[in-house]
Amino acid sequence: MEALVTKIREAAKKLLSDGTVDCVIGYAQGTVPMRDYPYFAYTPEEADNLTWSPFCTNNLANFLIRRPAGEKGKVAIVAQGCVSRSIVGLIKENQIARDQVYILGVPSPGMVDRRKVEALFPMKTITEVTVDGEDLIVKGKGFEERVDQKKVRRDNCYTCVQRNPVIVDELMGEEGPSDWGGNIDAVAAPWEKLEPLERWAAFEDTIKDCIRCYACRDACPLCYCHVCFVDESQPQWCGKGQDEADVATFHLLRAFHCAGRCTDCGACESACPMGIKVRRFTSKIEKDVRELYGYTPGLDLESTPPLSVYRPNDPQEFIK
Amino acid sequence: MAEKILAKDKLGGFLEGLTSKYEVYAPQESEGKAQWARLEDTDKALWEFSNTHMSPKEFFFPQSETMMRFKNVQDGEEGMVMHSEPGLGDKRLLLNIRPCDAKAFQVLDLIFVQDEMTNDFYWRDKRENTTLVGLGCSDPCPTCFCTSMNCGPHSTTGLDALLVDLGDKLLVKTLTEKGEALAEGLADASAEEIAAAEAQQKASEEQIESQVGMDQVLSREVMELYEAGHWSRVQESCLNCGTCTYCCPTCHCFDIQDETSGETGRRVRNWDSCMSWLFTMHGTGHNPRGTKLDRVRQRFMHKFKYIPAKRGGEVGCVGCGRCVQLCPVNIDVRRVVNDMNA
Repeated sequence: MEALVTKIREAAKKLLSDGTVDCVIGYAQGTVPMRDYPYFAYTPEEADNLTWSPFCTNNLANFLIRRPAGEKGKVAIVAQGCVSRSIVGLIKENQIARDQVYILGVPSPGMVDRRKVEALFPMKTITEVTVDGEDLIVKGKGFEERVDQKKVRRDNCYTCVQRNPVIVDELMGEEGPSDWGGNIDAVAAPWEKLEPLERWAAFEDTIKDCIRCYACRDACPLCYCHVCFVDESQPQWCGKGQDEADVATFHLLRAFHCAGRCTDCGACESACPMGIKVRRFTSKIEKDVRELYGYTPGLDLESTPPLSVYRPNDPQEFIK
Repeated sequence: MAEKILAKDKLGGFLEGLTSKYEVYAPQESEGKAQWARLEDTDKALWEFSNTHMSPKEFFFPQSETMMRFKNVQDGEEGMVMHSEPGLGDKRLLLNIRPCDAKAFQVLDLIFVQDEMTNDFYWRDKRENTTLVGLGCSDPCPTCFCTSMNCGPHSTTGLDALLVDLGDKLLVKTLTEKGEALAEGLADASAEEIAAAEAQQKASEEQIESQVGMDQVLSREVMELYEAGHWSRVQESCLNCGTCTYCCPTCHCFDIQDETSGETGRRVRNWDSCMSWLFTMHGTGHNPRGTKLDRVRQRFMHKFKYIPAKRGGEVGCVGCGRCVQLCPVNIDVRRVVNDMNA
């Protein structure tokens, strides 16, 4: 881990000092435990604040499309497998140009879900979490315990299809095995066992705590519409309150909007302050697209996203 | 107004008494977190917790609140006539509210109820019909900074009574007539017990490590702070989601809309957020807070400069630390205010 941090900092310093890029987007250590946050280094000195840990759960590809107007120079970005797949998606959808981004690829070891760690210590306050090999050392008032990282990884890191970055300008660390991928179908499977009414009940139960802060949408690199449909006011497609139909409409439309595009990076779930399992929806749709069209988003720059083209032999089952 | 003593072995009876007279809500454990819920079983009330996951703001300022109803027909005498919703009615009591949350509502009183023209019935009605029984905080979080925000772990502002846990008994500090009524029949606290509660307050205050500076923020000109260079760094990672504003006990922006469904209609007030692009969008297409920087700056300027300037120095933050814990990108209000103060 230490060696990787040094390598990322050195690569960032070089890119900033020789003028290859204006900015390096990476992670810095957060002010609360288990929260490393998106950090923008503009000078070689600032590159010393960059870090790498199992707590890098924000998808930095998001910031390639949310950069302030006027900052349009080339940027470098620290990208693990899922982030690189989002970058591929953004390039394919013409949101960024390949030559405007320099990718510091990091094979992902799998990230930690801070909520799973918190759940191990109900009603207690965690004051410090450090990494010791495969373990986390979790400290709080009156306790100190070791936790195996494998048991507290994010759900999407268990089911990840590609931990190695798929496009890279400079590789940080050793690539992992190519068959490292998990089984994303495990998330979708429970839905398929349910009858329609049970499915609806499961859907309503999943979103019951939603406060409509839109952190899931705003953390997602695919949600880049200039005006989101829930923010349209002329006409207003979706009510703004806590009416069940409006909350459901937001989640349904967002999930379908990501069909054939979502790379299952899990940024939505990591961002949600209420711990809503947002991936339950997108994973099922991902599976449908894969089975209907043989397409997995974000793996290469060449293939055509199936929902952006019409082919006479497209399956038509859904309009029978 | 007075200090009374409630022995813990009499607590069950005391709480039963409360639930027979009031609709009592209290923090209870749910999914490993302290969360507000109706107190059906008095044994379930939490006495040891740092703070509730979401603030109790919803009790006074619901996320979606029907203000009036109407019949959605153009003709006929009843068509499009607004009928107000009934008030809260039954007396409600929030038990074991943290002093920071109670203080937050006292700050919001200054905003919702200012004068005859700014006298929000919906807020005032719920405030007047709710009794707040606080619980002194003996286990502040590392993210707490209440002592820097005109508040503290045993602050009594906005409370009707404050409970201080003294081990086998509770000291009941009554602060209003409502609080006095609750403590009727309880024995007066001894000098030793009052001293023990004071010592506990001091110990709790000393546990709060986060200090946030405000002196420069208060003395500087508005435009100097507005134009400060650090905002461009604050906004870099901001997602402009509304998490910070929704979990905050003092954030209070809203949007009023008329909703219709067939022949029924209602006027509803929903939480809104300065983080939202739509919040300031004009009908003309102009947006005075058009950029992410404009929006994120507004949140901090509003709390720490505009509210103090307009409301006699009161700060629009009580240091509960929820936004620090829940921000998806770790924008830490303590760091931002210290930058404003630097």
